[in-house]
Amino acid sequence: MDNNTEGLDQGLDRDHVRRVFRAMLTARILENKLGSLYKAGKIVGGVYLGKGQEAVSASLAACLEKGRDIYAPLIRDQAGRTAFGEDMLDCTRTYLGSVEGPMHGRDGNIHRGRPSEGMPAMISHLGTAISVVGGMLLAKRIKGELDGVVGATCVGDGCTSTGAFHEGLNTAAVEKLPLVLTIANNQYAYSTPNDRQFACRDLVDKAPGYGVPGYKVDGTDMLECIKVMHHAVSRARAGEGPQLVVASMLRLTGHGEHDDASYVDQELKSSEMGRDCIEVGKQQLIDHGYADAAEVAQWEDEAARVVQEAVAIAQKEADPDPYKDDWMAYSNPELQAR
Amino acid sequence: MSDVTYIDAIHAALGEAMARDPSVFLYGQDIGKFGGAFKATKGLQDKYPGRVIDAPISEDAMAGMAIGAAIEGARPVLEMQFADFSSVAFNQIVNQAATHYYRTGVPVPLTMRLPSGGTPGSGPFHSQSMETLYAHYPGLVVVTPATVADAYSMLLESIAMDDPVIYCEHKFLYRWLKSADYQGDNLPIGHARITRPGKHATVVTYSAMVHEAVRAAEMLQAEGGWEIEVVDLRSVKPLDTDTIIASVARTGRLLAVGEAFPWGGVTAEVVSRVCADGFHLLDAPPARLNARDTPIPYHPKLWAAHRPTPESIAEALNNLLSF
Repeated sequence: MDNNTEGLDQGLDRDHVRRVFRAMLTARILENKLGSLYKAGKIVGGVYLGKGQEAVSASLAACLEKGRDIYAPLIRDQAGRTAFGEDMLDCTRTYLGSVEGPMHGRDGNIHRGRPSEGMPAMISHLGTAISVVGGMLLAKRIKGELDGVVGATCVGDGCTSTGAFHEGLNTAAVEKLPLVLTIANNQYAYSTPNDRQFACRDLVDKAPGYGVPGYKVDGTDMLECIKVMHHAVSRARAGEGPQLVVASMLRLTGHGEHDDASYVDQELKSSEMGRDCIEVGKQQLIDHGYADAAEVAQWEDEAARVVQEAVAIAQKEADPDPYKDDWMAYSNPELQAR
Repeated sequence: MSDVTYIDAIHAALGEAMARDPSVFLYGQDIGKFGGAFKATKGLQDKYPGRVIDAPISEDAMAGMAIGAAIEGARPVLEMQFADFSSVAFNQIVNQAATHYYRTGVPVPLTMRLPSGGTPGSGPFHSQSMETLYAHYPGLVVVTPATVADAYSMLLESIAMDDPVIYCEHKFLYRWLKSADYQGDNLPIGHARITRPGKHATVVTYSAMVHEAVRAAEMLQAEGGWEIEVVDLRSVKPLDTDTIIASVARTGRLLAVGEAFPWGGVTAEVVSRVCADGFHLLDAPPARLNARDTPIPYHPKLWAAHRPTPESIAEALNNLLSF
């Protein structure tokens, strides 16, 4: 196990740090807006937010390059999606049910992606994306295009109890694929606390069982996340096989916006674990001179404007029309049942 | 040329598909140097290094890997060691592969080979027929070749298809079924075939049961001069309703035969379609014959009485003809 990250100073490139924080901030402002839209009854179905997990999510995806790498976001990865370069309209259109979105109203909320651009669309069954990313990497290997490519995905503490997690990580390890698997341990899977989810001392202890390096990081500490993710992604990129990163934090919201999260332990909330990574990150930017308060305020204004625009565009667009949907589950229409 | 078997046809089609398209690769347990539990991939790893990949015993991850590879433009052919074990991969296949095109517009060109059906002594967990389960889900193609030529041409066609295909190959036919060569009529997937023409009753069936039905038809011909038409579905999804209805129009009587469990399933779908679309053509209530509604037993004597046989099919036909 390689969870000693002391002395790691890679990744702290000024532009990179600023990019990570801006993705975090933009995601938070976008998600606040999504929460409001949900409460106003403008969004059908659920709204699932990543508040409190932005540092982990964005610091992973910011190490990836769209067009070359693969990124499979999960439920709380709006910040990662933003950092990877997902068009914000993909988010607002999918949440608001616009027919113009990447899913055309056929799927909603976080169940969206652009698989042909290296971003698979998640399904709800946990752990399934691990082997899918593995397969995408395997295909690149077969085509002779794997050199320097990384595939990354993020799961939660609850996912670690699934068979798919075990099978997916073990298979990636057997194939020595350049996979960075991040576990965002936010202490609760929906309402189930860690002590009803697993019995090991720490999730990072699973890493040696799979023969992969494991790293622990405080998920509320943006600069630490940036360092660890940069290190893990670099090692995978260098051909050193799967890397497992375990980040700890608290989900600063319910499982979905329908959930008041009243089950979350008050003591945890007021502990270091309950810190808001956006606040921590903002202070770190200022303290280390990556940005000043005025600049951050300007980024906030800019993000609010962009969010407003993306919501307005999606709200004006047409809903899907059941008479116009082709109702085709097959790419070859002749296969569709008559 | 010496005779070729059904498993030879599968082996030959895999080799041919790999020769034609460098994006085709094989993935499964023990398929590399060992050549697979049934030797369907024997020698292919030497011929195509890096494209015949041994998988750990992780059916869920195997399916997920195949799906990911297919999304990325490869054409994986996944070998489940036995169809029964694909239950572990079910989630990935029905939720990930089957929904993918409808959700994202990106097709998943994977083929999952399922060594299916019973053989004497195989027991409850190495004998299952899974076609009904997969056919239930939108987005999957489910094929069930019954002949050497179909095993060959339909596997090549499955691999070339952009949509996910569940290729159900019958283990009982592997070495028992022989032919002079692989050449057939190359009928496309989605088309049923009249295996044996007749005029007194239609048996609609698929996979190994085609051969049992033909034997039953021969018995009835010898016993009473009955001319029984046997329709081989070839693919259960899509289901060629037109050919079935046309046959029932000729004979007025329908028996649907399958080796799978009796609740629901392919035979129920066939009967329901004929009732809905061809009720006026029927001279007798349509009948179904399936395996018994118990797990598949181990002992050859129990096993032989669990699935339809030429004798039980002939009996069902006699009942149908005497209505």
